[in-house]
Amino acid sequence: MERIHQAFERANASGPGALIIYVTAGDPSPESTEQIVLAAERGGADIIELGIPFAAPTADGPTIQAACKRALDAGTTPRMVLQAAARIRERSEIPLVLMTCFNPILAYGMQDFAGDAVAAGVDGVLVSDLPAREAEEWTRIASEAGLGTVQLVAPGNTDEHIERAIEATTGFVYVISRPGVTGAREDIYEGLQALVERVKQRAEVPVAVGFGLSTARQVSEVLEIADGAVVGSAVVNVIAQGGEDLPQRVEAKVRELRP
Amino acid sequence: MAHDATTSRPGYFGRFGGQYVPATLLSALDELEAAFLDARDDPEFNEEYHRLLRDYVGRPSPLYPAPRLSERVGAKVYLKREDLNHTGAHKINNTIGQGLLAKRMGKRRIMAETGAGQHGVATATVAALLGLPCQVYMGVEDVRRQRLNVYRMRLLGAEVIPVEGTSGTLKDACDEAMRAWMGQYEETLYVFGSVAGPHPYPTMVRDFQRVIGDEARRQILDAEGRLPTKLVACVGGGSNAIGLFYAFLEDDVELIGVEAAGLGLQPGQHSASICAGTFGVLDGAATYVIQDEDGQVLPAHSVAAGLDYPAVGPQHADFHDSGRGRYVAVTDEQALEAFRTLTELEGIIPALESAHAVAQVLAMADELTDDDLVIINISGRGDKDCEEVQRLTE
Repeated sequence: MERIHQAFERANASGPGALIIYVTAGDPSPESTEQIVLAAERGGADIIELGIPFAAPTADGPTIQAACKRALDAGTTPRMVLQAAARIRERSEIPLVLMTCFNPILAYGMQDFAGDAVAAGVDGVLVSDLPAREAEEWTRIASEAGLGTVQLVAPGNTDEHIERAIEATTGFVYVISRPGVTGAREDIYEGLQALVERVKQRAEVPVAVGFGLSTARQVSEVLEIADGAVVGSAVVNVIAQGGEDLPQRVEAKVRELRP
Repeated sequence: MAHDATTSRPGYFGRFGGQYVPATLLSALDELEAAFLDARDDPEFNEEYHRLLRDYVGRPSPLYPAPRLSERVGAKVYLKREDLNHTGAHKINNTIGQGLLAKRMGKRRIMAETGAGQHGVATATVAALLGLPCQVYMGVEDVRRQRLNVYRMRLLGAEVIPVEGTSGTLKDACDEAMRAWMGQYEETLYVFGSVAGPHPYPTMVRDFQRVIGDEARRQILDAEGRLPTKLVACVGGGSNAIGLFYAFLEDDVELIGVEAAGLGLQPGQHSASICAGTFGVLDGAATYVIQDEDGQVLPAHSVAAGLDYPAVGPQHADFHDSGRGRYVAVTDEQALEAFRTLTELEGIIPALESAHAVAQVLAMADELTDDDLVIINISGRGDKDCEEVQRLTE
């Protein structure tokens, strides 16, 4: 958790803010994840969001659904994702935030998952279908284990939704940039600035924005109002193309996104 | 595995239910819950709903004493004839309710998922009735199995959106519909077809289906002067079963939910979430889920597309835990045989889904006595299945 907050501080002190890169762990293979994450770090990522592949990810659009399918077809399990995190941690201090649906955590056992994640050097977990109103037990278990929690705030959320999300957050608040699912888009939702401001007024933890960001211009626009910007699909699209020089191309893509 | 949810939270049935959804849907669900609670207490809304059930759907549906089936199983058996509803299944009870709610909420469009196509047809029908544009998400495998219903939906003016997903069935249709709703909930109501999914759907859909049991309770008391001993209904998500059961919850009546054992209770071969699933979270609710040890959802299978779903309504999950309900599973083969048996004995072609309930009663013949009084919910008619049954059996 310390690593997450330090990364935000550093990125905001020395530059426009934190660039958070999402990749689906195990895509295209469980062995490749370490190289891809380290390449993203070389390209300038400040924080890595590592997705645990799920067959039916509710919040994800076609790009990340396809990445999940590739990862699952390659045999990726939650245990393998934690092993990949541990290998990354041996070689890097980059903050690692897992993104997952709740069911894999339930199946693993919440207590065991939190303990094993911390042991693997994971800094935080974002559970995409666990809003604050359902998250009490998980937030307690994660916090006791020293694992940061990340809650989502979306367009249309009321002040009460936002306040509860912040209460359940120890890592950073993740503001969804627009209605709908993940995936690269051209424009930025017009109500975003007001939404981010509503969150920032209330939150002591950092505030990042994601969903639909795919260009350096969008990243830099978002960093004018938020502490971090999350890019997923644009990088996952590069991974989808495969090839032996994949780490180099991921590194180049991340560098291109860096404002 | 322990997830000790308190039972006092709204939208929970014991440890099941809840709202396990991305933040994007919280406002949509809160808005829907408020609108539903408000409508439920409004006499005008209820009057309109029941007027349409009577004049448009053709309710009350008959409770038919089935003499030859009774003779076959050695107990008096009644059939609750939801198959005689307009559009041929119980699904319309719910879509009328949610359609009226959409109007009341000022929504400009409605959308739905469908498995067998019955819920899609019922939603498309209500869309035509109320003059609302409608989109129906349907798995590609179901589009193949249920061509007639696809044609009916298109005829009714709905747009049918085929979904590939992982197996091309109801689960994929649900996922895609839920994703699509996230981007358009301000103008669109998602008319969910079962008592599954996030709160308020399990409660709301149950309340729109409880008319089945409310009627059946009056009808059996009129006909027999006593309550039934057993109620039998098929369970996929479980809306027709809850609809029948709900009026009898406080009575000394055995509630039997029949799941689809498909080709057998091995992984990937069945849709029996309660009989062979484990505790998990799927599609917005904590419930029993057909999953592997890593929490990945396994493909469901049933010859009945409407039962082909890897989870179950949270209230059924709770009935199972508390012992209030008894949940069993019958195979594709038993269902196909019951499909034929009911047709031959009573001249009633049941939906393959409903045939599961009939199959269970046939299988229970040994334990039934003269004193038993059984109601089977014939949740839908089987015309939609004739082509598929012919393909499978000839």
